[in-house]
Amino acid sequence: MSMSSVNPSLAHQRRERRLVLLLLAPALAVVGGLLIVPLCWLAWQSVRQDGGFTLAHYARFLTDDVYWMTFLQTFRMAFIVTAAALILGYPVAYVAAGASRRWSLFILAMVVLPFWTSVLVRAYAWLILLQRRGLVNTALTELGLVDTPLTLVNNEFGTIVATVHILLPFMVLPLYATMQKIPPELTMAGSSLGGTPLHVFMRVFLPLSLPGVVAGMVLVFVLTLGFYITPELLGGGRTYMVSMLVSRNIEVYNEWGAASSISVVLLACVFFIFRLASFVIPFERIMGAR
Amino acid sequence: MAVSKLLLRAFVGLVLLWLIIPIVIIVPMSFSGARFLAFPPPSWSLRWYEAYLASTAWMQATRVSLIVAVASAIIATVMGTAAAYALNLASSRLVRSLQVVLMLPLVVPIVITAVGVFLVYANVGLLATMTGLILANVMLGLPYVITSVLVGLRKFDPAQEMVSRSLGMNRLRTFFIVTLPQIRPSVITGLLFAFISALDETVVALFISGGQYQTLTKRMFTALRDEIDPTIAAISTLLTAVSFLVVMLVALNARGERGRS
Repeated sequence: MSMSSVNPSLAHQRRERRLVLLLLAPALAVVGGLLIVPLCWLAWQSVRQDGGFTLAHYARFLTDDVYWMTFLQTFRMAFIVTAAALILGYPVAYVAAGASRRWSLFILAMVVLPFWTSVLVRAYAWLILLQRRGLVNTALTELGLVDTPLTLVNNEFGTIVATVHILLPFMVLPLYATMQKIPPELTMAGSSLGGTPLHVFMRVFLPLSLPGVVAGMVLVFVLTLGFYITPELLGGGRTYMVSMLVSRNIEVYNEWGAASSISVVLLACVFFIFRLASFVIPFERIMGAR
Repeated sequence: MAVSKLLLRAFVGLVLLWLIIPIVIIVPMSFSGARFLAFPPPSWSLRWYEAYLASTAWMQATRVSLIVAVASAIIATVMGTAAAYALNLASSRLVRSLQVVLMLPLVVPIVITAVGVFLVYANVGLLATMTGLILANVMLGLPYVITSVLVGLRKFDPAQEMVSRSLGMNRLRTFFIVTLPQIRPSVITGLLFAFISALDETVVALFISGGQYQTLTKRMFTALRDEIDPTIAAISTLLTAVSFLVVMLVALNARGERGRS
């Protein structure tokens, strides 16, 4: 019996299996102990009060306006941010996929560089740009476009601008990955058969790029649902998102039951969206496409 | 046709500018001589860099952040490479479905992760400790390493391991002598991603770091909530420089990988 035996004998299989589990064990222990266990704990806590079973924490979603209003605002924000990211990101990915190697590398570098810059730094940059005496307002007043500085930050607008800025790479990268695989012969065939460029784009290119569209939209939507830093720093207290509701319930009110039920509902939303998307594109590809 | 193409390119150019300007604008701001953040700065100085370097609180936070980022990146790379190797080896669907579990840190909204980690640490006494910070960032870095290394392993021909082992080398030596050198670029990419992810991590640190062990990002976040202090522009410039450096390293590393294959 040598290790090199290629015959998949039973003993060999068992040894192989043990090795696989042994190698996976440390990573699984970390993710299990720091993520899976606390998530189960949160779920348990969300139905407990004073040592008994309760649905009181979930009932608040029906009775307390703040709860469902916050969820509504968060979903609204996620829709706006996703739509904006698609409108801005699709042309970028399209041009990058069709450009020469050098240009497409340049465009991708411009997209990836902000991606690896701290979210906090980018939120701060937008704070500087959009504040009352910031660069944008100075430019607008000097050009005579506005008389008094606009309120661009500490509201929903500022939050949306910064969030789209931060999440745009999550839209562009999967889009680019998909578009790059579309064989140019296909669109060429479309044109040679007499299709107008718009027609060829709508009938050939766009449908083929849909998996990338779905992957990008799912990533941006889900990430916006859980976003914390931009609404907290640029929202000025007027943009109240689910993540803030969770953190307030713990930091300010020490309400673990409430925080748990909100977390469970938010998590359920996220998993539901991934599940829906998995009918179109497998989960591994959504995550791998980044 | 030509006009629409031109318009499309102009639009893309504007989007790219919009992406880059906020990051670039920080740099001149950090050299401002003024207390308020006007652009262009009325005068130039290094006072905000001096303020940063002279502050023991900022220096301590920087030290904590660097130690956490380096340590967690190394640990995540070792654990993640082992896990990716196992996932690639496994044939059963059950084991492969574990990959989804290991990707969860990227999927779960970061606030919920932070609350969960806080809950665990409060019970085992890891709040406001270096160990706690490192462990949490190992978890958050694992998906990056695993994704990256799996990409490298898919390109690797497993027959080479078979040959090496049939020549009598044991599995561990085979991995280090035959496999690792070939997947090294993906491992390094994973390491760099994990490093930058840990350096920039903010939300979990807000919940679990404290006292002597506050991260740079936590200090920045709390400072930003109170006022727009130009010291933060200096720190932001430095952080961006680090990110830039890491992206360059990743790009160079990827080029090396292409050259090899």
